[in-house]
Order: sequence, then structure tokens, then C-alpha cells
Amino acid sequence: MSTITGAQALITALEHEGVDVVFGVPGGAILPAYDPLHESPIRHILARHEQGAGHMAEGYAWATGRVGVAMATSGPGATNLVTPLADALMDSVPLVAITGQVPTSSVGNDAFQEAYTTGITMPATKHNYFVTDVDEIAQVVREAFHIASTGRPGPVLIDLPKNVLNATTTWRDPGAVSLAGYKPTVEGHPRRVKEAVELITEAQRPVLYVGGGIIKANAAAELRRFAEVTNVPVTTTLMGRGAFPDDHRLALGMPGMHGTYTAITALQKADLLIAIGVRFDDRVTGKVETFAPHAKVIHVDVDPAEIGKVRTPDVPIVGDARRVLGQLLEAWAGRETPDRQPWLDTIAAWKRDFPLRYDQRPDGPIKPQFVIEELYRLTGGDATLVAGVGQHQMWASQFWRFSDPRRWINSGGLGTMGFAIPAAIGAKVGRPDDLVYAIDGDGSFQMTFQELITAADEGIPIKVAVFNNQSYGMVTQWQKLFYGGRLSASVLGDGVDYVKVAEGLGCVGFRAETPDEVAPTLEKSLAVDDRPVVVELVVDPDEMVFPMVPAGASNDEVILGPDDLGRSS
Amino acid sequence: MKHTLSVLVENRPGVLARVASLLARRGFNIHSLAVGPTSEPGMSRMTIVVDAPELEQVKKQLHKLVNVVRITELDPANSLEREIMLVRVAAPAGKRGEVLEIASIFKATAVDVGPSSMCFQISGTPAKINDFLDLVRPYGIVDLVKSGRIAMAREQKTKPGRLRAVN
Repeated sequence: MSTITGAQALITALEHEGVDVVFGVPGGAILPAYDPLHESPIRHILARHEQGAGHMAEGYAWATGRVGVAMATSGPGATNLVTPLADALMDSVPLVAITGQVPTSSVGNDAFQEAYTTGITMPATKHNYFVTDVDEIAQVVREAFHIASTGRPGPVLIDLPKNVLNATTTWRDPGAVSLAGYKPTVEGHPRRVKEAVELITEAQRPVLYVGGGIIKANAAAELRRFAEVTNVPVTTTLMGRGAFPDDHRLALGMPGMHGTYTAITALQKADLLIAIGVRFDDRVTGKVETFAPHAKVIHVDVDPAEIGKVRTPDVPIVGDARRVLGQLLEAWAGRETPDRQPWLDTIAAWKRDFPLRYDQRPDGPIKPQFVIEELYRLTGGDATLVAGVGQHQMWASQFWRFSDPRRWINSGGLGTMGFAIPAAIGAKVGRPDDLVYAIDGDGSFQMTFQELITAADEGIPIKVAVFNNQSYGMVTQWQKLFYGGRLSASVLGDGVDYVKVAEGLGCVGFRAETPDEVAPTLEKSLAVDDRPVVVELVVDPDEMVFPMVPAGASNDEVILGPDDLGRSS
Repeated sequence: MKHTLSVLVENRPGVLARVASLLARRGFNIHSLAVGPTSEPGMSRMTIVVDAPELEQVKKQLHKLVNVVRITELDPANSLEREIMLVRVAAPAGKRGEVLEIASIFKATAVDVGPSSMCFQISGTPAKINDFLDLVRPYGIVDLVKSGRIAMAREQKTKPGRLRAVN
């Protein structure tokens, strides 16, 4: 058997896991790993900051459903990865991060570029490894991919000291993974499934409340069938947009703080929530004590710790969303589809009376919602949307009509500004034939726009719409609503020429300043296919995101629009 | 409310840090924690006494740690709970007889004697140790160290019904 280095074992192990791309930034301690990577069929994409590499790996994972891989060196390389790791943990994104570490003889001595990576990332990962034995590398990589991609997916970090990467070993395939303390439950308990079906049969006003778990489990088709045979309307959370088509007659749109009136109110009036792959997040429930007060709850989740964490369910089902939906469909088979007409009529009336709205005047400033609708019209909705964090994210989620899973990518749980550009790069790498459009705010853009260099340099033609309202829009919205209009540290000004920035970084730049320029400018952006494009949209800085349920308020107190302010305060 | 958890973990570097960090992050207060190897190779047993209104979340969160293999909540009525304590009691020559008398009732062993104090070793249930402590406290406690609590479930008692049937 031939002798190889730890670094070669690492790259071979990645190849065996089917990795086709690694996003990373090299540096001292990880250098040994970069040498065999150079010869490997694995593509390396050189990010300009490790945070970018991490979000690229996330975008790749979101778009493809496969494990994203990020690589960084020790010390600052590793600490720069902490934000994407925390983001991936919150949003259950399968990620494997590989970091270099100072040689084991220097560990603990405050060596150059030393950081206690496994300690720092312990609460930001699903699991992590500090490898001290070169013979364990193959096994650890196999375990890391298994843990990252099964059960509730999440990030796993492998910290590799330089001397371990340089040490020699012989390659041995580690075989199947068996971990005494890690055996996710995927199959729902049959008795619980039967109980769930009984509750659904009895319910008069049921709602399917579904989220990222449907997308992670690739359960959209099963969800649709189940909603149709049971005739239950569906609300998709921010993480679950695309899990159910927005154009479907049973679709309610997004629930929560900036959800549709119909979705929020349907949950409030429901007598049964069928919650699948959701975690009753505070952005959805508002004040927990008054959330869905009349509803019994069936809660399906692959993570047992989510069940009963916020709301005690009447029927808890631990399992993979797709498997459990399959079981539910089987248990339902033979039953008649209820017509639920009074409930569906009530919902139809809410949809009619309280639609999402905005007012685009032909001679007024560009309304951001109008841009989303125009982009939808021009692309026919055939695109993957990747959002940053803030107002633009909410508008994108509200006004785009999602029809497929994995074509809406955003940072939900952690709310990481700067997510859009690197995540869009990762998504485009994962699905090169798809049109990938990042929707960004100027504040979010300014946090990670250096990754446009990566996009230009690596030939990854993403498109980025920058909604420029010259401020941290969501911060100013809260300041206007809850802090007496004092715009403390939230105005960014008009000092940036985004077209020049784009051009200076090797991208194409366009700008639209009036409503009539929006469609032609977006069309120009769609016509470019050889380089990344940045479109600056100078939007109304006074526009706010509505509907809105203020933080901590009850979901019975939906503020529908600016004219509605003060009504419920 | 204090609960005793018996947690079987893989004996890997950092496992104690993972458990402690998780409990801290989720806002659970550790009252005591004792850890040591078990008869199973590669496995360690942690006995954790946590202060929490309810245990469901603690158990579920601990279960998410990859190195945690099994968690058992021990009911004090059906388990053996033990602590060990070393306590140095101020006991000048004239008081030693009294102190030794108390110690002998509690089966505490004098393990060190000096001109002004005596050190006792005592093991037993947390209640017994606290009772002993209450009685020697008036003499003056110079120093004290307690192990964390260790605990083990009792063997399931034979059901009374079955016992009658045999008789």
C-alpha cells in the first residue's frame, strides 16, 4: 500500500464524498491541503474573505441539497468562518468546514495564527473535530459528511493541525458510519400518524404551517399531494418559501412578522395546525401566549428538541418530513377529501380584502415591491432568488411567487446581512444553468461586495439587484416606528456609485432611478450572460415593509400599512 | 428544582466542555457534575445535577450532542445517590471528644489531626452529609470540599403482586 500524506488523505476523502467544489481561502496552516487540491478534479473557488467562502458553501448547499464545503486556514481564517457556521446551524444547512491549525506541538502556546477553533465553533456547529492522528482523517471526513447531511442538517467543522496534514498514512476507506450517540429518527411513530389523521379529519379550520424542513427533506411533492387530498390551506415560512407553490389555490403566503394578513389570521383562527419542519420561531408566532389560541397542534420535525420547545403539541411526530408525509398519505388513503367550504371561503375573503399592496406612482420614486414584481414578470419567475437581510429580503419573499423548492435562498434564523452575494455565487456554482438573481440592500451589499471579485474572476455570472435606499432600511423602519424617528447610525448616504463599483470589480453595472427605467434596466441585466451584473435601483427611502406585527405583539394586531399605524398601538 | 441526570458519553477530548457549554448556552444551571470512566471501554459516565424547572429540553438538547450516547433521569426514590466530603473542623484538644462522637455516629473517619483541627472524610447520601455538616458547623468549619454527586438506579424491585403469587 502506498504512503500518502494527511493532506492527500483529506482530498481523497473529499473526492470519495462526491465533492466537486470547495470554497476557500488559503493560508499558512492549511497550505499542505492546498497542494494536493491543485491536482484534484475538485474545483476550488477562491473567495476574498472566509465569510464569503462559508456563505458560498451555504448557497451551494441550499441550491443543490448537497453538502457545501468551505476551507480556511487557522486563526483569523477560522474565526472569519464563524458567522457562516452560525448561520448554517440556525438554518439547518449541511456544511463541512475544514480549517488548518498550528502544529500540535504549538497548540496552546499562542502560536502565530493560533485560535482555539474547536472551542470557538462548538456552539456554532452541529459537531466538530480536532484531528490529532493522521490515520483518522478519512474516518473523520466520512463522519462529518454523514452528520452534516442527515437528521437535521447542519455545519460540521474539521480542524487539522499542519503536522497532521504533513504526516504520512496509508489510504483505507472508512466504510459505513456507526456512531453510538447519533441515530436520527426518520420514521414517524405509526400510532401518532394515526392520531394525526384523526385530528385532521375532525378539524373544521386546519392550516398546514410548513417551513425549511420540507425543503431540506425534499418533501415538496408529498406536501402538495397531502394538502390537496386533505384540502388544507398551506402557509410557508420564510425558510419554506417554495415548498408549496404560491399560485396554488390553497396557498396562503408567508406567516409572521411581515407575513400576509391571510396567513397570519388563518393561523390565529385555525382549530388545527399541522406544523411540519418548522420551529415556532418568534418571527412567526409573535407573542407566543396568543399565537393560534384555538388550535390543536400536530408537530412533525426530525429534531426532537424542536417538539415542545415553544408550543406543546397535541400530536408530536419525530421524523423526516418526507417520510412522515408519506406515512400520513398512506394513513389518509381511502378517505374522502373534505370540502371545507366555509373555511376556504373565509380565507378567500381575507385574500380579497387584505392583499399585499403598495403604491407605485409613475412620477414618484421607485417602489422596491414594484422592482420585485417587474423582475418576476420579465423572468416568468424562472430564477433562483437569493436575498440579503433586511427590508429587501421581506419584499422579495412577499412579492415573488415561488413555485419550486431550493429557488429561494436567504438567511432566516441568524439574519446575516451580506449573505446574498456570496450565497448567490455558491448557488450559481451548484446550478450553473439557472438564472441566479441576488436581491440585496445597499447596507447588506456593503458587507460582502468584495466577493463580486470572486464572481468576476471565477466566471460566475450572477446578477445582483441593489435596492439603494441609502440606509439600513429595516433599522430606519424600526426607528421611525418605535424610536420617535431618530435615525441613529442608520443612514448610509449617497456616496457610493454602484455602477462604478461594479465596473471596478470586473462586473457590468446598470442603474435605474425612475419607475419607467426599471423594466429596461432589468432587461439589460438579463441580457448579459458572460459576466456578473450589478443593477442599482434607487428606491424610495421612506417605503416600509407591511404588513407588520411589532416584535412581541400578538398576531391579532397586524398593521396593514402606513395608514393603519396607530390603530393598534 | 434539582434533577439528577446520568449521562453516558463517549470518552473523547472535549466532551465535558461540550456538555458544560451546552447547558450554559441553554441557560441551565449545573449544581454539580461528576465524571469518570465506566466498565464499558471508551465510555464515561457523567452524573449531572441541574437546577431547572423541567428537564425535557435539557435532555433533548444534550441528546443532540454527537458524543452523548444515553441519558437517564434518576428518580431519587429509586436510585442510589452518593457524595464524598472532606471537612476540616476546628477542634482544639478540649473539643475533640465531642467532635469524634458526632463523627462516629455518622461513620465519618478522621483522616488528619492537627493541633487546632481535625479533618473528616464522610461519604453517603447528600442528606446524610448535610446532616453531619449541620452538627459540626457550630465548632467551626475551617475548610470543606465535596465531590459532585454520583448516582445509579436501583435494581427494579419485585412487584408486590408477583411476590404474593409466589407465596
